[in-house]
Amino acid sequence: MSDQLEQMQAFVSQAYAEKQPIAITGSGSKAFYGGQSSGRKLDTTRHSGILSYEPSELVITARAGTPLAEIETVLREHKQMLAFEPPHFGPAATLGGSIACGFSGPRRATAGAARDFLLGANIINGKGQYCRFGGQVMKNVAGYDLSRLMAGSLGTLGVIMEVSLKVLPIPACELTQQFEISAEGAIRQLQHWANNNYPISASCHVDNILTARFSGGESRVMEGIDKTGGETLKTADDFWLSIREQTHPFFVQTEPLWRISLPPATLSATPTRCLTEWLGGLRWIFSNQDNDKVFNENTMSYSILFRNNNNIKPNMIPDSLMPLHSRIKHAFDPAGILNPGKLTDQY
Amino acid sequence: MPDHTAFINKLRRILPSNGLLSEAAELQPYECDGLSAYRQTPWLVALPENSTQVQAIVRCCHEASVPVVARGAGTGLSGGALPLENGLLLSLARLNEIIDIDADNRLATVQPGVRNLAISQAVAPQGLYYAPDPSSQIACSIGGNVAENAGGVHCLKYGLTVHNIAQLKIITIEGDCLTIGSHGFDTPGYDLLALMTGSEGLLGIITEITVRLLPQPEFAQVILASFDSIEMAGDAVASIISSGIIPAGLEIMDKLAIQAAEDFVHAGYPADAAGLLLCELDGSHSEVAEQMQSVQQLLIDCGATQTTIAASEAERQRFWAGRKAAFPAIGRLSPDYYCMDGTIPRKHLGKVLATISQWSAEYALPVANVFHAGDGNLHPLILYNANKPGELERTEEFGGRILEMCIAAGGTITGEHGVGMEKINQMCSQFNEAELEQFHAVKAAFDPDGLLNPGKAIPTLVRCAEFGQMHVHNGELPFPELERF
Repeated sequence: MSDQLEQMQAFVSQAYAEKQPIAITGSGSKAFYGGQSSGRKLDTTRHSGILSYEPSELVITARAGTPLAEIETVLREHKQMLAFEPPHFGPAATLGGSIACGFSGPRRATAGAARDFLLGANIINGKGQYCRFGGQVMKNVAGYDLSRLMAGSLGTLGVIMEVSLKVLPIPACELTQQFEISAEGAIRQLQHWANNNYPISASCHVDNILTARFSGGESRVMEGIDKTGGETLKTADDFWLSIREQTHPFFVQTEPLWRISLPPATLSATPTRCLTEWLGGLRWIFSNQDNDKVFNENTMSYSILFRNNNNIKPNMIPDSLMPLHSRIKHAFDPAGILNPGKLTDQY
Repeated sequence: MPDHTAFINKLRRILPSNGLLSEAAELQPYECDGLSAYRQTPWLVALPENSTQVQAIVRCCHEASVPVVARGAGTGLSGGALPLENGLLLSLARLNEIIDIDADNRLATVQPGVRNLAISQAVAPQGLYYAPDPSSQIACSIGGNVAENAGGVHCLKYGLTVHNIAQLKIITIEGDCLTIGSHGFDTPGYDLLALMTGSEGLLGIITEITVRLLPQPEFAQVILASFDSIEMAGDAVASIISSGIIPAGLEIMDKLAIQAAEDFVHAGYPADAAGLLLCELDGSHSEVAEQMQSVQQLLIDCGATQTTIAASEAERQRFWAGRKAAFPAIGRLSPDYYCMDGTIPRKHLGKVLATISQWSAEYALPVANVFHAGDGNLHPLILYNANKPGELERTEEFGGRILEMCIAAGGTITGEHGVGMEKINQMCSQFNEAELEQFHAVKAAFDPDGLLNPGKAIPTLVRCAEFGQMHVHNGELPFPELERF
C-alpha cells in the first residue's frame, strides 16, 4: 500500500511540458486489448491500497493500482461483491485497469456494468492536474458525470488514480442449470425468463448448450428452477469463471476474436460458431475478416476486435461519433500524450 | 444580438402557427420552473412538434448566436430551465409520442415530452415498467429526467436515470443529430450516454430517448417502523443493508414531516414518533415473506417502538401516500418552503440533522426532513414566508450552509435535483479550479460558443472568486469536526 500521487502527477506534468507520450500500465493483464501505445511507461501498480470500505453504505474506495483480487477478498469477508464481475485476465489485474477497460462479466445483463457501479474517480488529466469527480455517495448530480466517462476510456482521458465503487451483497443462493437448445431457441427462452421475473443472473450459449445461472433468495431460486427444469451443473463456479476469464475451450483459438454488442433478442446475427452471453446481448466470434465499420446498421450491432489482433489497427469508435470523441479527448488531454493509439489510430 | 425581426420571421417559417410565443402574456407561464423563487421572462418561447423543427431552430440560434434553454415539463427544482432575457426557451413538451415499445428487448423509445409515468402505463400490458420514479412522475417528462439524471424512491435497488436508459438522439448546437448509446448493453468508445445524463441541457438537446424496462415485481410489501430518534432510524437502515437485503425503498421522515403528512392524508403514521422508517421489499411472494421477517426483527433489535407491516395493497398504498405527499403536506404549514437536496454518507446522518436543527433555531426558520435513507439523499425543507422582507435571503443562506455541510461530510450538494441556477455558488465549494476548468473544457467540446443553457450548472471561475470572498470565513470549513475523506 503506497501513495504515489505526487510522483505520478509530476511525471504527467513533465510529459505535458515536453509533449512526450505516456503509456499507462497496470499489471499488463489486459495489454492485448486495443492498440499498442508507445511512450514513457507510467506504472500504476505501486499506487495501491484500499482507502475505505463501509459495508453498510455499500461503498469501497481504493487506489487504482490495488489488485482486483485483494478487493474481492475483502468484500467476500463481508458477504459482498463487485456485482459487475470484472474479468481479471491475469493474476495481478488492477482496479484501475479494470475501470479503464470498462469490462464487465457474466452478471452484467441483470446487475449492471462497471460504469453502473462507478461512483467516483480521481484522475490526473493530460495537463497533469489532479481532479476528483463523483464521490462516495450513491446519488450525485453535481457537475458532468466525468467519473463514469473514465470507464472504458482506456486511459486516453486521464490516469485513473482512485476509484469508488458501489458494492452489493452476494446473493443468498445461486444455482446453474443447463439445457440442450438451439441458438435461436435459447434467445427466445432467455427473453421469456427475463420478461417474467425469473431470477436469472447469467447466461451462456455455445454449441447448442444453454447454461443459465439463477440468483437470489433460496425460495425464489428454487421456484424459478422448478419451472425452468434443466440439469443442475455441479461445477458452476468453475464454469462461470471460465466464461469470465475466457479460459473456456471456445476461447482457445488463435484467430482474431470479435466482440459484438447488439439488442439481446436479435435472433441470428452471426453465421459462424458463436458464444453468446448477457441474455443474447453479447456475442463472441472468431474471424479473420477485417471489419472497417464498428456499427452495422442492418443488425444494429457494434463489433470490435477484442483479442489476437494480428496488426489490425484498433477501431473502437463509430464513425458518426469520431469528431466528438476527438474534441472530448482534446478537452482532457490537449497535448495528446495519454495512451496515444490505444483507443483509435486517430489520436 | 441578431436582427430581431429577421430572426423571429425565420423561426415562424420553421414552426407551426401557434409554435412561437413572443407576447408578454404568453411568455409569463414560462418564467420559472419548479423553483419559483427564480423568475425571468424569456425573449421567445418555441414549441416545436418534431425533431426536424428542433434541429432547424437550433441551427437558427447557432447562426444568430442566440442562447437556447431547453425545457421539459418545467417541474425541475433547481432552476435549470430558468429562461434568459435574451434567449430562446425551447419547450419540448409537444414532442410527446411513444415511438416504439420493444418488449422482447425490454426497451421503449419515446420523445422527450412523454411523462415519466406515461411510459410505465404504456408498457404495463406487457408486464413491464420503467423503474426511476421521481416524486413528480405524474407530471415530469422523460427528457427532463435525462437532463437531470432524476432519481426517486426506488433508486437504491433499481438505480437512477443513468442506469435505466439505453440510447439517446441529440441535436448538437451546430444542428447535427447524433445517436448516443445503442439498443444493446453497451457501445464502444466513450460513455457519452453517462456524460449526457445529468448534463442539464448544457451539452445538447435531447430529442429521443430509449429507456430500459423491467418486469413488474410479482409482489411488494412495506413495513413502517417508529423510532425515538432519527439517528436510531438511520442505524436501522445500516443494519438492514449490512444483513444483505437491498430493499426496493427505504425512506425516513422526521417528526414535523410525519405530523404534516398525517394531518394531510391520514396515512396511519404514529404522530408521536421522532423518526419514521418506511421499508419496501419486492420480489416473489416467498422471497418477500422471508425477507420481511428478517427486516422486522432487525427493526425491533434496533429499538423500533412500533412496527406495522401493511396488511393489504390498499394499506401499502396509504403508507406510501403519506411519504409521497410529504412536500405538499409540509407546504400547508407555511406560505413557502425551500427544498434542499444534499447527499451524505449515511453514517453522518445524526450529526448532520442535529446541526440542521441547531441552525433552524438560530435562523428562526422551521425545518422538516424527509430522507431517501437507502442512498443518503437528504431533503430538508426550510419553511419561510417570501412576503416577509429578508426571509428568502435568510433561507437561501441557511440552505447554502446545509449544502456546504454535506460536502464537508464527504457528500454532495445535489443528489437528484441538479445544480441549475440554485446551487451554482456551492459548486465552487465542491470543486476546485482545475475541476471546474475540466468541466468547462468538456462543455466547449460540445458547445464552444456557450449557447446551450449558459450560466447554469457549472460556475465560471470569476463567479467563484466573487462568491469565495463573500462566504469563506477565516478559511474555515463549515463543519470541522466531521471526518474527512
